[in-house]
Amino acid sequence: MAERYDVLVAGAGPAGLAAAQAAAAQGARVAVLDAQPRAGGQVWRHDIRHAPSSRAARSIRAGLERPIAWMPGTSVVAAEGDALLVQTPNAAQWLRYRSLVIATGARELLLPFPGWTLPGAVGAGGAQALAKQGWPLAGKRVVVAGSGPLLLAAGATLRKHGAIVLAICEQAEAAALRGFAAGLWRWPGKLLQAAQLRLQLAGVPYRAGTVVRRALPGPNGDALRAVEIESPRGPEKLACDRLAVGYGLLPNMELAHLLGCATRSHGAHAAVQVDARQRTSLDRVYAAGEACGIGGVDCARLEGSIAGLAATDTEVPVNLLRQRDHARAFAASVQRTFDLRPPVRALADADTLVCRCEDVTLGMLAGHADFRGAKLATRCGMGACQGRICGAALAELGRFPQAGCRPPLFPARLSTLAHSESNA
Amino acid sequence: MNGATVRITLNGRPFEVEEGCSVAAAVARLGVPFRHSVRGEPRMPLCGMGVCFECRVCIDGVAGQRACMVPVRAGMQVTTDG
Repeated sequence: MAERYDVLVAGAGPAGLAAAQAAAAQGARVAVLDAQPRAGGQVWRHDIRHAPSSRAARSIRAGLERPIAWMPGTSVVAAEGDALLVQTPNAAQWLRYRSLVIATGARELLLPFPGWTLPGAVGAGGAQALAKQGWPLAGKRVVVAGSGPLLLAAGATLRKHGAIVLAICEQAEAAALRGFAAGLWRWPGKLLQAAQLRLQLAGVPYRAGTVVRRALPGPNGDALRAVEIESPRGPEKLACDRLAVGYGLLPNMELAHLLGCATRSHGAHAAVQVDARQRTSLDRVYAAGEACGIGGVDCARLEGSIAGLAATDTEVPVNLLRQRDHARAFAASVQRTFDLRPPVRALADADTLVCRCEDVTLGMLAGHADFRGAKLATRCGMGACQGRICGAALAELGRFPQAGCRPPLFPARLSTLAHSESNA
Repeated sequence: MNGATVRITLNGRPFEVEEGCSVAAAVARLGVPFRHSVRGEPRMPLCGMGVCFECRVCIDGVAGQRACMVPVRAGMQVTTDG
């Protein structure tokens, strides 16, 4: 028997929690699911050693207050009609909905460069997430690199967990960053946040126009011991224990693709297309937050509230719509500032692995016109991550546009797949 | 942080690890790769959020689990591939 909800929310980050809270306030029967073991999404990810901000704690509590059904560790595997097949830690289940809110958030854009598979090279957001999970970092020398505001947040978290942050290397040029800073007065909250992060990173050089060209192993070749960076001052080698490198965020689109929501282009990637009330192209399916394009936590909260109201056929206050537009304008400014420069897309050479699961190099992909052909011939994207890393990277490198998704959305247990027959 | 620990087994050896940490964070203390790639390269976690599958290990006999997605539980048996 499938459980039935008025509003089913996929994702327990800021957008999903706000949607659940707004819908539940209208008396709807609401369920929230998330693949992670705890609510909060990536931005409010639980830190095992440090207390959350009061805003995060309050929002998480409010978004999961009873009678909202909270399903942690739960992933969507397949969809049919008005129901999703989900896998929970111990079972599989069909969840039926009257309205669905896609609040699947974002992932980090990880781009290949020589040495990026060495142990010690992690994503910038990845390093932050792992630090919060208890990853040992005390005394480790870390270079934080890539692009976007996340680098500051990651650097601050790593430092809080005892890492020695050697430098933050931002690929955007100084002029672009100055222009961005000059316009920040329009979003006082962001200005304050940026100032707080800089304070937490006092003494850490922030280097603009700088990219990591290569990660280098130590003498025995099995772990990262240095990075080669290229800055306006020329090439340099920095000895370090860890490299945390990420090139910004991109929407998690698996569920939206599976359902067949219309999408729009988001740089080289896709985002869910929504109208002013967060309605997707599908009847009774809404989307909010990063899935609609990277917008940050404030935008996600506002869009979540709008989606939660719309999903319960409630009038959306004009004020809420206006605030959302203002938050989206900030997102556009971030996007412009941290637009990736061409050198970033030229870092991988023919010998650089692109597909980490199947060890496929960029050179092996030469001559293939589309991702499907490349997959069949080289197994690129056929491994455990199902092209989640290399697919996005290749799209960003301008190689292949990303294709859609087919069920199961991630490797599922046989018992879950067997359950797919029983959608009552 | 309350300083509580739980006892788990990593590659056959008992370890006390922080309560609430992920299996990925626990395995990192071993200083060994989480897995080896098709070509035999050592690998460690990359994304920290369940997307890259580089941190997959065997937990309580079930292979291929993403260590960054699973909090430690007392008595848990974890093995890496190398």
